[in-house]
Amino acid sequence: MKHLICIVCPKGCHLNVDEENGCSVTGNGCPRGAEYGREELTHPTRVVTSTVKITGGAHRRCPVKTDRGIPKELVLRAMELLDGVTLTAPVRRGDVALPNVFGTGVNFVVTRDL
Amino acid sequence: MKEYDVIVVGAGPAGLAAACEAYQNGAERVLVVERDKEPGGILNQCIHSGFGLHYFKEELTGPEYAGRFIDLLRATGAELLLDTMVLHVSEEKEVTMVNPRDGCFTARADAVILTMGCRERTRGAIGIPGTRPAGVFTAGMAQRYVNIEGYMVGRKVVILGSGDIGLIMARRMTLEGAKVAACVELMPYSNGLGRNIVQCLDDFGIPLYLSHTITEIRGERRVEGVVVSRVDGRGKPVPGTERFFDCDTVLLSVGLIPENELSKEAGIELDPRTKGPAVYENMETSVPGIFACGNVVHVHDLVDFVTAESRRAGAAAARFCGRADAWDPFEPAVPLENGENVGYTVPQHIRPGRIDRYAEVFFRVKRVFGDSVIEVSDGGKILSSFRRDHMAPGEMEHIVIPKRLLQNAGKITVSAKEGKRN
Amino acid sequence: MYDVTVIGCGVVGAGIACELSRHRLSVAVLEKENDVACGTTKANSAIVHAGFDPMPGTAMARLNVQGSKMMEALCGELSVEYRRIGSLVLAFGDGDLETLRELFRRGKANGVEKMELLTGAQALAMEPNLNPAVAGALYAPTAAIVNPWGLAIALIQTAVKNGARLHLNAGVNRIEEAGGFYRIGTDAGVFETRYLVNAAGTHSDEINNMAAKPFFQILPLKGEYYVLDKSQGNVVSHTIFQCPDQNGKGVLISPTVDGNLLVGPTAEPADGPDDTAVTARGLAKAAETALRSSEKINFREAIRNFSGVRAATEKDDFILGASPDAPRFVNAAAIKSPGLSAAPAIALEVCSILRDMGLPLSRKEEFIPWKKHKLFRDMTEEEQKEALRRDPLYGRVICRCETVTEGDIRRALRDPIPPGSIDGVKRRCNAGMGRCQGGFCGPRVHEILSRETGMRMEKICQDRAGSFLLTGETKTGGAEK
Repeated sequence: MKHLICIVCPKGCHLNVDEENGCSVTGNGCPRGAEYGREELTHPTRVVTSTVKITGGAHRRCPVKTDRGIPKELVLRAMELLDGVTLTAPVRRGDVALPNVFGTGVNFVVTRDL
Repeated sequence: MKEYDVIVVGAGPAGLAAACEAYQNGAERVLVVERDKEPGGILNQCIHSGFGLHYFKEELTGPEYAGRFIDLLRATGAELLLDTMVLHVSEEKEVTMVNPRDGCFTARADAVILTMGCRERTRGAIGIPGTRPAGVFTAGMAQRYVNIEGYMVGRKVVILGSGDIGLIMARRMTLEGAKVAACVELMPYSNGLGRNIVQCLDDFGIPLYLSHTITEIRGERRVEGVVVSRVDGRGKPVPGTERFFDCDTVLLSVGLIPENELSKEAGIELDPRTKGPAVYENMETSVPGIFACGNVVHVHDLVDFVTAESRRAGAAAARFCGRADAWDPFEPAVPLENGENVGYTVPQHIRPGRIDRYAEVFFRVKRVFGDSVIEVSDGGKILSSFRRDHMAPGEMEHIVIPKRLLQNAGKITVSAKEGKRN
Repeated sequence: MYDVTVIGCGVVGAGIACELSRHRLSVAVLEKENDVACGTTKANSAIVHAGFDPMPGTAMARLNVQGSKMMEALCGELSVEYRRIGSLVLAFGDGDLETLRELFRRGKANGVEKMELLTGAQALAMEPNLNPAVAGALYAPTAAIVNPWGLAIALIQTAVKNGARLHLNAGVNRIEEAGGFYRIGTDAGVFETRYLVNAAGTHSDEINNMAAKPFFQILPLKGEYYVLDKSQGNVVSHTIFQCPDQNGKGVLISPTVDGNLLVGPTAEPADGPDDTAVTARGLAKAAETALRSSEKINFREAIRNFSGVRAATEKDDFILGASPDAPRFVNAAAIKSPGLSAAPAIALEVCSILRDMGLPLSRKEEFIPWKKHKLFRDMTEEEQKEALRRDPLYGRVICRCETVTEGDIRRALRDPIPPGSIDGVKRRCNAGMGRCQGGFCGPRVHEILSRETGMRMEKICQDRAGSFLLTGETKTGGAEK
């Protein structure tokens, strides 16, 4: 039995995940928590937020995020990918800054109009 | 002198929501004054997600959340004055401000909404001994450098304070290539959200030292390390428990203080428990026609609640405008008191005549609770109670009190008690 | 070849340079740090003492009283903040009352004017927040508060404006008498000078020993302080001293020229001439001792701690005079309290000693004082409109707590000795001195410095050389890691 704190929303429900029992989850306050509990034990993912260089904008950095979670073990390598990105203003929320991270189908998207 | 219906001081999440709501409720001449060169407030540097889960039912980053309200504001006829610092707000609702283009000038409004937010507690305020090298930052200042300006503030970090800002920066610094040696927390529990302990500390193997504090900062010109000691039940360092951590950076996440200089100068009564204005159910302060909302009233954990509170203030400000006789000194108001285990409540007084069906009351408990009960009482009589399975000082609580229970109340006390309700 | 070189640019060195610059001389000042006033001058009680404390007959006593008399006019000439708020030394009990009488006698002998011995009731009438157990007080209306680093900066900028040369980052390593002149080896190169003045503060024994036989030793004495928020600034309206007792010298409470409250100092041996660390014990002692004067001090309103090191020796007097064995060498050494108060008089005294040694002093016809700039917030409406016309950026407030504008900062950057660090800006313009301690203005001041001086953000320091704030950029592909 594994004890986890759900990270899907700020409530942080305390989950109990039974690995022996097909990862059944108890303690979740909503269905997303059950899904998180299962995933966290089998193939954990994380949404990554960071910044990339941008030229011609009001600031030197533009905030970005992955539009979905990527495998947790790829997070630090994904950060290295971002080092090589330079956007050119103007950009809008939702623009793709870096597509298909490591072939996962997940994109880094812009989160601020600059 | 230019005249407005409503002047909003600050274009962060509170000011943006208040201004939009004021406009949508009939205030035509609305001015929003922002000291920074762009609207959005602190959200612009909060590039992480966790915003909007309640309000939009989506998880957004800070800039995205701010962006939605900036779009809403720009769609109204409200005037947004950027790069402008409000220097003074008078009791007569005259707002003096200054900017490079217009110099120093004053405008008058029927209603003013204060949303100046808060500042961070500093090293000087908590008196950490040692030398004073460069490399000691509040977490928010480091966040600004890293996220907005694009600079790293250090390579080896120790973080004091395990509130959300400290935890978020632990992750941020790690993702940008720094090594975070430890997160040190004075209390025996963390003030931050559980999810942040997981995704900011556990994910990166950053140790959390509860019941510890930094007792010395070392370094001649730049931080060279810190001494961390365990503390006793009263928060005093225990001799003999000192540990040295090699680091070049200290981030302080040791508390937020509502920024109320302008409120004080306007003669507004402040609540020493919150350090913000004492407000009524509609976010009106002790000065009729001056409203306040957001972190300037009490420090929030979730921006979604800031938005809700600010919309309330904006709507109330719009209703106030034009009705110069709106304030009645004899209007009955029920004071709220913090009872057992409760630190403060917002609002601090409720005028039952102004409520539709129920009043929303926000408060914080003084310690961590498991199974517990929130009790709302009047004198000795319990009016209502609410069950909780977990409460903590770091998580603002929210209850509603029906109008009928307030109508004849003398004084409402909100308390928190251990155990299940009988 | 300089006529005179002054080693050390604290308030004493700057004052000497300023006085020298009134005469037709080539003057140099060598300062080891990257800015002036970085030693004891920026970390003291900021008091211009009336002069009843030093022993009669000492140079300290004479120069304290003389300097104190000169200070108001000097600050007026340079537009440096000065307020004659008066001081009270409190007595609790008979031992203290005897001490007050002794201080009164000393004051009279030293030529201090207008002192009065007050009863406890009279003291409380003047200062209602004092400990009601106060048994009596020595009132000295001639005591004042000043801006010590502001004074030092104004003095050296005046000197430079009138021809003196300031060399920063010029720590002295070697002094060689080369036959009628001195050759001085520093971190910034070699300098030659006929006459030499040692105003090197807590390092003044080291400097003496480079040129002459050792005859004094600095025993650095640390004093720790609290600075409290302006909301505490009117707990008292005079400087409040305590009588020394078996526990030590007592601790003062004083308003500052900016409206804050200063509490301190302690007095413990420092770990070396530059040991400015604050200690938990020292701070606790300062607070506990101060509360004896007034319980109304609210330490929860503290905004900063600092400590300063005094250049003390075993003697209780300045070491001021021609060197016993090195020719054309003057010591203005071991200047501990009342050094700040005495500084204007020390400057005159050093010039007099130099003249007696043979330095020709002939006054220039034209001498232009450099006046400290009025901040936008302190200007009249007319002055503000004029400032905005000159530079619209007087309309951009950078430091919210202290209402300091970008125009104020840009103006300081055009001065003879402009700021080169975040704290350099703070010392000249007050940005960062408020309750948020630079939390809001820090990154903005940083950016302004970078833009206006062309220095890269990563190269700009908090204060001393090497106190860089940033370690590099984000997103460099790991190059900086």
